[in-house]
Amino acid sequence: MARRETPEINAGSMADIAFLLLIFFLVTTTMDVDAGISRRLPEKQPIDAPPPPIVKERNVFEIIINRSNDILVENEYRKVNEIKDLAIAFIDNGGSIGNPIEYPGKQKEVEGKDCSWCEGAKNPESSDHPNKAVISIKTDRSTEMGTFIAVQDELGKAYTFLRNRLAMKEFGKTYTQMLKEEDNAVNVSDKLKGDIKKIKVMYPEIISKSENK
Amino acid sequence: MSKFKKKKKGLPPINTASLPDIVFMLLFFFMVATTMRETSPLVGQDLPTAVEIKKLSEKRLVSTIYVGPAADKKTYGDGDKIQLNDKIATVKEVRAFIYAEREKVPQDEQSAMTTLIKSDMKSTVGTINDIEAELREINALKVTYATRQGTEK
Repeated sequence: MARRETPEINAGSMADIAFLLLIFFLVTTTMDVDAGISRRLPEKQPIDAPPPPIVKERNVFEIIINRSNDILVENEYRKVNEIKDLAIAFIDNGGSIGNPIEYPGKQKEVEGKDCSWCEGAKNPESSDHPNKAVISIKTDRSTEMGTFIAVQDELGKAYTFLRNRLAMKEFGKTYTQMLKEEDNAVNVSDKLKGDIKKIKVMYPEIISKSENK
Repeated sequence: MSKFKKKKKGLPPINTASLPDIVFMLLFFFMVATTMRETSPLVGQDLPTAVEIKKLSEKRLVSTIYVGPAADKKTYGDGDKIQLNDKIATVKEVRAFIYAEREKVPQDEQSAMTTLIKSDMKSTVGTINDIEAELREINALKVTYATRQGTEK
């Protein structure tokens, strides 16, 4: 019996099918990765919670944004791009002793000490210590989100600047680099985690947010 | 003059046998590199820009709330609208939405969940505060305000 040859399958339309699928995926999927400013909301307080401790006025950096998006920093009109330097000067002041600190590799201090890593003016009328320096943002109900985010971003820049400077001195690389390393590493080493924690403890981000009633 | 035979004109056909391979390659690239679009925003989304931003790579652990002026003003009217999943909702519904999102994630990862607030530049902080008050009630404390990447001036 003669061997029958199987006829060749016409693959000419294969490309069309593949194109169809490709276009379907192009339309229904997105490539952009969401990004933004991360903040942690304060926990809900129980009704019988003790009143919050009173923070000394010199330890509070007050930013007020009104309904027409004007910015008032420590009772003076300011532009958005001025906030970073003002915030750095405030956080980094180091006028007095701070709260006791503790990080991996260091026992909790019994008493707070001076901020030895601060390079600020040590003005007695500004903040005592980075871990006592509170930044308070007061907004109106009709403040625009754009302005609010811009202010938050400036504060973020101020903290990043200080943390980078400290990390450069302590570990010879910037804080931003350390975070990137942490992101890229498959197994994050305990040392890197500890180092990041240390920087965070030395310049903690304390931002409070409230609405003007 | 039959000596000069007419030469056959025209180019030989291009072999397109490998075209499907190329297209398939592209297809697989897109299938791997992209994620499904889950909702399409019904509210205006002109995001603010910021420099100090963090990427949210784990899409599973992110629940997105859209805030902005409604695109369809005739139905929904003016002012900031909140969009949950595929419909415009009220602040009161935020809680149920977050609970539903939590259900989709295994127990041990629920604490790592983030709420992404995608808010238009012109939205008011008051609306966002209302949402955040709801989030605090149900202990969903990790919040990210979506922004576009800006450049340092």
